[in-house]
Amino acid sequence: MISTSSITEPMVPERYVFRGFTKETPDTFTLTLEPENEASGTLFQPGQFSMLWVFGVGELPISISGQPWQRDRLVYTVRSVGQATHALVSQKVGGDVGVRGPFGTGWPIEAARERDVIVVAGGIGLAPLRPVIYHVLRNRKQYGRLVVLYGARSPRDLLYRKELSSWAREPDTQVLVTVDYGGIGWRGHVGVVTTLFKYARLQPSRSITMVCGPEIMMRFVTRDLETYGFKREEIYLSMERNMKCAVGFCGHCQYGPYFICRDGPVFPYENIRPLLEKYEL
Amino acid sequence: METLERIIAEHPFFAGLDHGFITLMVSCASNVRFKSGTSILKEGDPANTFYLIREGRAAVEVSAPQHKPIIIATLGLGDILGWSWLLPPFQWKFNARAVEDVRAIALDGECLRTKCEENHDLGYEVLKRFAQIMEQRLDATLLQLLDVYGARR
Repeated sequence: MISTSSITEPMVPERYVFRGFTKETPDTFTLTLEPENEASGTLFQPGQFSMLWVFGVGELPISISGQPWQRDRLVYTVRSVGQATHALVSQKVGGDVGVRGPFGTGWPIEAARERDVIVVAGGIGLAPLRPVIYHVLRNRKQYGRLVVLYGARSPRDLLYRKELSSWAREPDTQVLVTVDYGGIGWRGHVGVVTTLFKYARLQPSRSITMVCGPEIMMRFVTRDLETYGFKREEIYLSMERNMKCAVGFCGHCQYGPYFICRDGPVFPYENIRPLLEKYEL
Repeated sequence: METLERIIAEHPFFAGLDHGFITLMVSCASNVRFKSGTSILKEGDPANTFYLIREGRAAVEVSAPQHKPIIIATLGLGDILGWSWLLPPFQWKFNARAVEDVRAIALDGECLRTKCEENHDLGYEVLKRFAQIMEQRLDATLLQLLDVYGARR
């Protein structure tokens, strides 16, 4: 597994070129960056993140949402909610972006071999999980069923709509999508993501579950997963905090005894369960 | 009637229910179908029935004047639709519409209420199952109200 310590100069950004973006929703964009020096591309582990420098504006921790085997490009899905994210998605094609990383722990794709992979995502939380889906589909025979359960606020907030449809056509793959509020023209599921569990033909004893979304959503999801018989040690969550140095020095992302940037962002649920209900954290 | 009994027994809502209770209920049950787009129940109408969905999908909607209806939940295979038949004033509080062709078992609410009053063991079993559904829907509504995917305020 690629870890933070394998990066020789973790605080020095590499120069990447902004190659364009796809508008996913009214405020969310998927960006493609390529290394300025073609020889300096990087591989990443699904679930890892980079620190992206928008020169003159600031630096942002963003999960990598592209295909993990592509060394020559990095893909990120970004929600434009602040000055730095807005500057990032407003880059001109050919503009420079600094990239540090990849950092952090990845999803347990090795431990998941031979097992069913259950992906539970909420909102933009599908972005850090998309590389897992790419990986499982590329190495299809090494895994059991792939179940993708995805919830968003409304139909217009769904990410990767075309890919969701194409994944659903893959063998041994079930993709269920729901929205919290459906307009009258929406013909899919309406209800929070946990309401999909009953349609998912889940087999807890042979599954590993990976969950990413707003923290409160993950609390509801993990509680329901336990009700369905999933073991805590076979559930993994991706956590988010305000990461600055990304290598465990600065303490900005401290979460109880952990630094999210170094010890996470992916954690076994068993390890962080007591922290999830502490509102001060 | 044999078939209805089997269908009710196999529906997840009644999983594990004593066969004798199912025999008691079957006289309250009938097979129904709703074409996609048709109304299943309407807010304010008497709530005399509930449905065990066997196939298709129904949308539970709320509507307000000058607003398009909002779908607040969809229900499909294995779900039940409607609990207003269980408690006074026995009136529907939402609209429901088939968004796909729906096949269901309709259980006559008045008939079932009478049987539950006559046999409190059956009544307790039915109430326990509805309480679980209500708890699940309350949880889902709580998460919905939290609007967890919205921008932080």
